Amino acid sequence: MTETVKPRRTFRNIHVTQIISYRLPPAGIVSILHRISGFLMFLLLPFIIWMFDTSLTSEISYGQFTSVFAGGIGPVPGLFFKLVVLALIWAYLHHFIAGLRHLWMDMTHAVTLEFGHSSAIVTLALSVLLTLLLGSKLFF
Amino acid sequence: MAQNFGSKRIVVGAHYGFKDWLSQRVTATLMALFTVALIVQVLMPGAMDYDKWAGIFSSNWMKTLTFVVIISFLYHVWVGMRDIWMDYIKPVGVRLGLQVFTLAWLVGCAGWAIQVLWRL
Repeated sequence: MTETVKPRRTFRNIHVTQIISYRLPPAGIVSILHRISGFLMFLLLPFIIWMFDTSLTSEISYGQFTSVFAGGIGPVPGLFFKLVVLALIWAYLHHFIAGLRHLWMDMTHAVTLEFGHSSAIVTLALSVLLTLLLGSKLFF
Repeated sequence: MAQNFGSKRIVVGAHYGFKDWLSQRVTATLMALFTVALIVQVLMPGAMDYDKWAGIFSSNWMKTLTFVVIISFLYHVWVGMRDIWMDYIKPVGVRLGLQVFTLAWLVGCAGWAIQVLWRL
């Protein structure tokens, strides 16, 4: 039997260490940030659940929760925790909006190059804008 | 063509992906609905303090929704993290170790979150 299957084009995954050397289009930036933001939230999961725990368990723990952001713990200033939360807010918003973009493309079969480009720019801009908006509540 | 069945089958770890693709979208939709439900309640009139915050999570429907979202989250993060390990970590032993760690870690975190929720 003759070989009828043509060798397929193979696609490589860009390794994390190679990200810098690639000049990605906006859709590529959204894609890798989707992954990075998800990983970041995974790493900070204990901190997220700690916030969930202390803010909900009792009025006393709620007080401890707010004091961490106002006065910090030991040598770590409250500002550090606010910055961590700011990073989490960005990660959540980016992951959320990039996810909605996926759902939209799945439902409408919007697969044109133009849509991919413009929606990627909207995703990047909107997530940063909303992060600034919500983040300002942390500091002021 | 080379044989790709029986004992010669090329084993892939992701079950060809459809189930994961679908579950990723279903769990994401649930979490998005939860986010909207939470934001709406936070924006309700009244200053934010412990009573308001704990009140949001103590209603029965919100407790149930939060519980479902914790389980959705568990599965969503498992699929996402497994993808990351499969893409970047090539040695099988290290990958398996990280996958086992991820599963144990996620189940532990979900347990913690559910415990917090159940105490309310």
